Amino acid sequence: MYGDTSIQKPMKIAKSGSPEEAELERNFQAKIDADIKIEANDWMPEAYRKTLVRQMSQHAHSEIVGMQPEGTWVTRAPSLRRKVILLAKVQDEGGHGMYIYSGAETLGTSRETMLDDLRTGKAKYSSIFNYPALSWADMGTIGWLVDGAAITNQVALARCSYGPYSRAMVRICKEESFHQRQGYELLITLSKGTQEQKDMLQESVNRLWWPSLMMFGPCDDDSPHSAQSMKWKIKRKSNDTLRQEFVDASVGQAKFLGITLPDPDLKWNEKRGHYDFGEIDWAEFYDVIKGNGPCNRERVNNVIKAHEDGAWVRTAAEAYAEKHAAKEDAA
Amino acid sequence: MSSMTQKEALTAYATQIADSSLFMGHRMSEWVFKAPTLETEIALMNCALDLIGQSRSFYTYAGEAEGKGRSEDDIAYLRGQTEYRNPLISELPRGDWGYTIVKSYYYSVFAKLFFKALTLSSDKQLAAIAERSLKEVTYHVRYTGEWLLRLGDGTQESKKRTQKSVDELWDYVGEMFIMSEAETQLLQDNISTDIAALRGAWDQEVEALLQQATLDVPTGTWTHEGGKTGKMHTEHFEYILAEHQYLQNRYSGCEW
Amino acid sequence: MSEKNWPLYEVFLRSRAGLDHKHAGSVHALDAETALEAARDLYTRRQEGISIWVVKSNHVHASDPVDNPSLFEPADDKIYRHPTFYDIPDEVGKM
Repeated sequence: MYGDTSIQKPMKIAKSGSPEEAELERNFQAKIDADIKIEANDWMPEAYRKTLVRQMSQHAHSEIVGMQPEGTWVTRAPSLRRKVILLAKVQDEGGHGMYIYSGAETLGTSRETMLDDLRTGKAKYSSIFNYPALSWADMGTIGWLVDGAAITNQVALARCSYGPYSRAMVRICKEESFHQRQGYELLITLSKGTQEQKDMLQESVNRLWWPSLMMFGPCDDDSPHSAQSMKWKIKRKSNDTLRQEFVDASVGQAKFLGITLPDPDLKWNEKRGHYDFGEIDWAEFYDVIKGNGPCNRERVNNVIKAHEDGAWVRTAAEAYAEKHAAKEDAA
Repeated sequence: MSSMTQKEALTAYATQIADSSLFMGHRMSEWVFKAPTLETEIALMNCALDLIGQSRSFYTYAGEAEGKGRSEDDIAYLRGQTEYRNPLISELPRGDWGYTIVKSYYYSVFAKLFFKALTLSSDKQLAAIAERSLKEVTYHVRYTGEWLLRLGDGTQESKKRTQKSVDELWDYVGEMFIMSEAETQLLQDNISTDIAALRGAWDQEVEALLQQATLDVPTGTWTHEGGKTGKMHTEHFEYILAEHQYLQNRYSGCEW
Repeated sequence: MSEKNWPLYEVFLRSRAGLDHKHAGSVHALDAETALEAARDLYTRRQEGISIWVVKSNHVHASDPVDNPSLFEPADDKIYRHPTFYDIPDEVGKM
């Protein structure tokens, strides 16, 4: 059964490998080619559904786990203005996770199933959140670089072929534009501050620059699912294209802050009309994905702990609802 | 008679209200990535944002009333332990979900009655901040009240846990209704409000809900105190300040 | 450990007075009361709504896209339902 919502209930099923299925698949691809959005109860190939569930749940998990590095700094924010901004931003991340889960659930996988996969380690999330947030400057750098990279990705995803995902992205992009701006504004303040504040800023950027570039995923040659995802318009731009856009945008912004980016190979290439940049440490990239990042275990343990600590609360709410269900139905 | 000038009293009064909101909000914000569901997490952060927002308005007004050019942050961050005047209930640890719900419910019912009375203050600005704050805490009462019903009338375990919080936190209720020196002084000009008179309404509202939640209503009249006078905070408080003031202490005089 | 799935509620918001409620997304809740609160907390953080409807998702019945040709295409050729179908001389004025 596909979830508990009847909005997507009637869906034509064709026998695998049948001529009917081939016909459905041709129509499906024709719609995609014509930029017509796919909706929850439209016929779609199983592989399309699976790819979307995997990608959307990873995306949602990233938002949820992404609350952790910043969340620990809310109580240490150095001004009340920064405190409410940070809290609102972290809350947005939770909200964005929920928008995406909500979109993914229309594909027939429940949020609890997805969260179960996160807790058991079956599902992944963006590796950037396996790096620690060590200084106040990180609150700015995460906004500037990490949200900047995420927004680069998400703007492309807003045109994704799956309606519920695309709509969630439109909403998220609109809300997230403040995330990057608040981060950059925070860094501007540090850049105009004392030497200690400037050092804090530079150290933070040194630490987070490369992991931010890794957020775009493996380079195109090593990205096996990319071609199919592009054909389905789940993905609208390749990893390397997006990474390049991000680098090009960041260089000027770094200069304005009066800081250097930790890459000796970074330089303008007149011929390409882009910045060249150094080789990403792919060994580190795959290591962190495998679970060997600075905070992998801690992040997942926190998710598990919140879930376990809340078990008695959820059970209580369920018991109460059961007792009072008759009342609601009668009303 | 009081040794405070009217100006000092007004500054102290706005500051004590701000302190309560700030630390209630501080504890609430500790729930980030720790709540029982995603929905409850979002809800608590809304409450925290409301509370910290309230504290900003009152701190800003305290600075204006004082007239010495202190900003909201100067007042919120740069004081020693005994200078903070929040009731102890606002600095107690976040505890489990039930503890937080009961604590917030007790506080929010008080805050609702208090802000409602304060909307009638002869000080127009206090009245205006109170009016906005009243809307926020009215939702907090509703939200935490709904949860209290579910925890009290949920499972045996939830009832047991919640009853324990209801009882323990009851001993911190009385302090919310004790008039501070500034509060008493400002009463004559109708700037402050007589919070001691609000206890009856609080008892009535809270008792009704506890009963609906099938929980026992505590009967004790003794109360912890020391937060509103600054004379004796809890052991937990200096830890809050250690976090709260960390950057301001480590890098003094910076812009952030 | 598999978790019980809390019912899904679809959320509809009226963004301003005078406008229709519009679908915004969904929340998980055990009853309508908490569904409303969750919808308020999640979907109106930026003044997006002045009124909320929540409906249990499994109470929504949807048309099947397979039926689209028979449901919606018959309207395609009823062009006489639209005002532009009719020629009215300019001299007559706005009509």
